[in-house]
Amino acid sequence: MNRSTDFWILVGTLIAFTVINTLFFAIGSFKINWDSFGIVIAVGLTLAMYSFLYKDNPAFKIAENLYVGVALGYTVIITWYNALKPDIYDPLFVPIFTKATEPEYLVIVPMILGIFMLMRISARLSWLSRWSFAFVVGLGSGLTIPNYIHTFILKQIEPSMRPLFYGGESIYVSVNGILVLVGVVTVLLYFFFSIEHKGPIGVASKIGIYFLMVSFGASFGYTVMGRMSLLIGRMIFLLRDWLGVLH
Amino acid sequence: MLDKLVNIDRRIIFALVAAAVVISLLMSFSLPVPATPPVMGIYDKINDMPPGSHVLIAFDYDPAAKEELQPMAIALLHHCYSRDLTVIGLTLWPGGTGLAEQALTSIARQYNRKSGEDFVFLGYKPGVASLIINMGENLYTAFPADFYGNDTKTLPALQGVESLRDLDYVIDLAAGASIETWIAFGKEKYKFDMGAGCTAVIGPDLYPFLDSDQINGLMAGLKGAAEYEVLVKYPAQAVEGMRPQSVTHALIVVFVIFSNAVFFASGGWRTVRRGPGARR
Amino acid sequence: MPFLRRTVPLAICFVMGIMTAFQYFVPHQLSRDFLELMTRWDKIIAGFAVFIGAYSLFHLHYSRIRFKVAGWGYSIFVFIGAIVTLGFGLYNGGDGFWVDKNEGTMFDWIYIYVQVPAGATIFSILAFFMASAAYRTFRARTVESALLLVAAIIVMLGRVPIGALISEHLPTAADWIMGVPNLAAKRGILLGVSLGAIATSIKIIFGIERQYLGGGD
Repeated sequence: MNRSTDFWILVGTLIAFTVINTLFFAIGSFKINWDSFGIVIAVGLTLAMYSFLYKDNPAFKIAENLYVGVALGYTVIITWYNALKPDIYDPLFVPIFTKATEPEYLVIVPMILGIFMLMRISARLSWLSRWSFAFVVGLGSGLTIPNYIHTFILKQIEPSMRPLFYGGESIYVSVNGILVLVGVVTVLLYFFFSIEHKGPIGVASKIGIYFLMVSFGASFGYTVMGRMSLLIGRMIFLLRDWLGVLH
Repeated sequence: MLDKLVNIDRRIIFALVAAAVVISLLMSFSLPVPATPPVMGIYDKINDMPPGSHVLIAFDYDPAAKEELQPMAIALLHHCYSRDLTVIGLTLWPGGTGLAEQALTSIARQYNRKSGEDFVFLGYKPGVASLIINMGENLYTAFPADFYGNDTKTLPALQGVESLRDLDYVIDLAAGASIETWIAFGKEKYKFDMGAGCTAVIGPDLYPFLDSDQINGLMAGLKGAAEYEVLVKYPAQAVEGMRPQSVTHALIVVFVIFSNAVFFASGGWRTVRRGPGARR
Repeated sequence: MPFLRRTVPLAICFVMGIMTAFQYFVPHQLSRDFLELMTRWDKIIAGFAVFIGAYSLFHLHYSRIRFKVAGWGYSIFVFIGAIVTLGFGLYNGGDGFWVDKNEGTMFDWIYIYVQVPAGATIFSILAFFMASAAYRTFRARTVESALLLVAAIIVMLGRVPIGALISEHLPTAADWIMGVPNLAAKRGILLGVSLGAIATSIKIIFGIERQYLGGGD
């Protein structure tokens, strides 16, 4: 396909899109309001994104870049109204100006650390951001150590340490219990690189690889499921909300 | 000839996938969606809670995961509102704020639930682990105002809730690693019951937490949402999606089996066994 | 000023790390009040991080436009999208950004009809590429890849309604794969990753790991 063919495909698609939507407005499927106009925009963006499947093209790139800009704008605005405004502006600045309540001066500390963090973009003052990052990273590390040991180490080892027979359960459950224990130990051995994987350790790490492969297969199956679900959702949108052929 | 079949233009494969989805959506046939034990875990927990109990739903996703998690959120909200439970919504993802608000308010309208009285939307806050711990110590310093700017201390829906310890159930709907964070810094620290819903991609990673009873239930992907829709007798987008989901999975399995059959028939297997440098 | 640039941040990190780690073992009210205040501060600081992300993105696309990098014209749409959204967000339906956010404004309209469909679609494109990859490259070349392939097929069929129609054993087999070998491997990985995270945290607190300081003195 040469460039002129691609150009005419693009023009043809745009004309078809315009004609279909004009028709929907003309026959009353779409009312003339912001919501209907929004659906047309949403469909346009959806189709522009899918045009990438034919080949990379200007429509896809415009939609992609527009999305990045809008997502960034949305994040900034939501952070203002949901975080910075109720946590800094309302408790500190509003009382200073209105004198209705006592300002929460303690908020000044994280506010200054937050402003220091922004200094990372300055060449001369970027060292100030280290104070903020030191606070955040230090706090995070301190929280991680005990909570991870409790949640992800002790609590995860516990089920693999259960007795194989409480009495009453089937042999199937016990065999599965042993398999899980073998799997956990061999996978850990596979990731243990301080000793050479030879002899019994080599055999064990090989078993670990088999467990990992089955688990990656399961993850692949679930990933296919997830991506297909996203596609199905978008197709439902196009067929139901736009074309109206699905109810 | 066989090589040509394997190396066909990928756009033919794209067209087959698209056709499989569209045709199976347009055709009307129903498939059974029996509930699995992990999904039943969440359903039973919510069903057994007395009216007025507080359920926190964390909408930790953004539009990229909307098609999987929004149907799940809607089915859950139908269940919670129909059982007269008080829902507390929040999100750790800024991009999920609008979706969470849309789900909470639109389903609430169907059950005549009022914001601030029967449900609360706390909105978005950054901080993730720190926010969860802050809520675990004091919900009102973590969220001084709800999404609409109302003072949280004055909201009737939050009566009796001082911190995460006072919640009857927490469900995290996640597109990332937030379930692990909620377990480590919330559930294990402040001792509340927890269930989870997630995108299919991260579903397999959460089985260790199901096995250790750190979550009492799990809904993974659109299939999990479909199971919940059937349980609450509100079949909608997820149940509808099970037709194309089944067909596309079958199509991909056919792709894999066919391409492997061609691979073996064309002698690719011998090349691998001998190694790339082996002499023929 | 190496003291202010290096010693002070290392000291802040050490003190914060040690105090929060030990706080876990001290259930006294004072200790809990300390944790509440620190996490509240951390949550507020985290709110500022969004501006660093915004700066990085704007800087990247501004540079592309300025130096006329191939495809620079598309970067203009990043600015259009961001400026329009920021504009409507700050305008807040005419009330301004110093009052609480109004609902049903153009800001919400842009979210519903631009961000949501574009965001949802961009990741759904991967469905096509996964199908293509499954057809072109998913081969049982070795025992390991055969195991991966068989597990994937069983899970793909066993996890959707059609699986039960093909064979009643498929869902059971998929459940077993998820609940036994998958569980074991994922638990092994979880234990390994968690031990790594704990070790890194210890290194950070004691100043052995200093990447968060960035470059320079």
